[in-house]
Amino acid sequence: MLLLISATLLLLLLPTLLGWLGEEYLISLASRILIYALVAVSLDLMLGFGGMVSLGHAAFFGIGAYVVAIFTHHSFDGSPVLSWPFVLPGLDGALVLWPLAILVSALLAAIIGALSLRTSGMHFIMITLAFAQMLFFFFVSLEAYGGDDGLSLFARNRFPGLDLSDDTHFYYLCLAVLGIFLLIAYRLVSSRFGMVIRGSRDNEKRMQALGFPTFRYKLACFVIAGAAAGLAGALIANHTEYVSPGLMHWTHSGVILVMVLLGGSGTLFGPVLGAATFLILEEVLAIYTEHWMLYLGPALILVALFARHGIYGILTGRERNNV
Amino acid sequence: MSDPLLKIVGLRKHFGAVRACHNLSLEICTGETHALIGPNGAGKTTLLNLLSGDLKPDAGQIFLDNRDITRVPLYHRAHLGLARSYQITSIFPQLSVEENLLLAIQAHSGHSFRFWKKAVSDPQLRRELEPALERVGLEHRARDRAAALSHGEKKQLEVGMALACNPRVLFLDEPMAGMGPGGSVELGKLIAGLKQQMTIVLVEHDVEAIFSLADRITVLVYGEIVVTGTADEIRSSAAVREAYLGEEEPC
Repeated sequence: MLLLISATLLLLLLPTLLGWLGEEYLISLASRILIYALVAVSLDLMLGFGGMVSLGHAAFFGIGAYVVAIFTHHSFDGSPVLSWPFVLPGLDGALVLWPLAILVSALLAAIIGALSLRTSGMHFIMITLAFAQMLFFFFVSLEAYGGDDGLSLFARNRFPGLDLSDDTHFYYLCLAVLGIFLLIAYRLVSSRFGMVIRGSRDNEKRMQALGFPTFRYKLACFVIAGAAAGLAGALIANHTEYVSPGLMHWTHSGVILVMVLLGGSGTLFGPVLGAATFLILEEVLAIYTEHWMLYLGPALILVALFARHGIYGILTGRERNNV
Repeated sequence: MSDPLLKIVGLRKHFGAVRACHNLSLEICTGETHALIGPNGAGKTTLLNLLSGDLKPDAGQIFLDNRDITRVPLYHRAHLGLARSYQITSIFPQLSVEENLLLAIQAHSGHSFRFWKKAVSDPQLRRELEPALERVGLEHRARDRAAALSHGEKKQLEVGMALACNPRVLFLDEPMAGMGPGGSVELGKLIAGLKQQMTIVLVEHDVEAIFSLADRITVLVYGEIVVTGTADEIRSSAAVREAYLGEEEPC
């Protein structure tokens, strides 16, 4: 609890602190960490609590980003996104566009989930990976929106009362979004729904014998995770003002998965720590060598071998799932 | 005896060349405790799996109260009043004892698309939790993780979970297996107490337990019924002796 309060304080005061140190440019990195923390927590809902190991989670992240990029692109062009069967104009208001990104990701998650949740274990990993790769290649070949080269945004979206082009404003928005999602996730995992999800992770057959139609609960969990990843995607599109198919590539799903495992799966704050550690290590190691993966790899192996509950487990000394 | 609660007609399940259940017909009456016995590989667990819905039969039908439930999926059968324990203990190892039982209770108190309220402090669930813990004598371990229980306690927990579903028919697959003598006696008492409240189908190797608990006994060999009868009838049956001990060689 003390740890949580001090971490929250630190995050709230971070822009001021960095201002004193004259390192304002790091705010952007901090926002990036918060966004990746959001997508990592969403994956952990599925993976750590629901026992569904997906290697296609970046697909929803990417779709959220593309929805924002495409609509913002058209909004600047003044051209419609769709002209048939109805005219769909471009948008750049965050309050409409981001929920739309969430909705599209959730729908996609419902379709992909309904098909892939008929399998489990290794097959589930491979199917989610395959779906994500299909989307990746779809956007690679979508020349109208830059194809392989990706698509740049002319500016960040409009948000009432905030100026998102200001890095500090954007940082606080990301922090609020992550905070709200963590609160939702915290309630979720110990609710009745959360019990069913955790029960299915431990012993799905038993859950069915008790009378739970586990498929629909797992699908709901998959959709919630996909929707949250879509929101994170909307944020990352605004953050970098650029989207590319690489966001959906399976290696990117792998990066998110690594963040979860590094931080501690089956915990809520673990993935946040994992995202922070991963991105900071990437930043720091990249200063010294372009082969920074060479050093990150062994670090990961050490965590996997000696800290099975990740960084969160080391910090708190707590067992899994005692959220 | 009264009407059959469960009626099995021509049930068949083959695993390749193994006839785990072959054209099996049986009636289980309301309120009776019916034991299934037979040598290893006789198809006792298979029959239980077919009844509970864990397995789908190749042919044949299962009726509950004259309703055909052959195609009813596992999770739905639980709502019709069928509950079971497994031969290999099947619990939720990472959840606490209390949460294990809560899940069993939750399964029968409406849908679980409730995302906000904490389940462990939900009064609707808690009300049933105390008696459920007490019934299997695990009050003192409520907060412990299920993985940390002893083998006997895990078995007790599993039976407790099946009971928390308030079943009409309880399937018990070797509840005494691997229990020390003390544990077996405890569990025997528990089952004896349940006899009055529900119909029980019991697979068990502990012969003493079976003869003291079961109203009727069915002997299975190679997926087929050799004989069904009361304890006395089974004891004196030549067919059973043959199935278990082989034909007696003339001296």
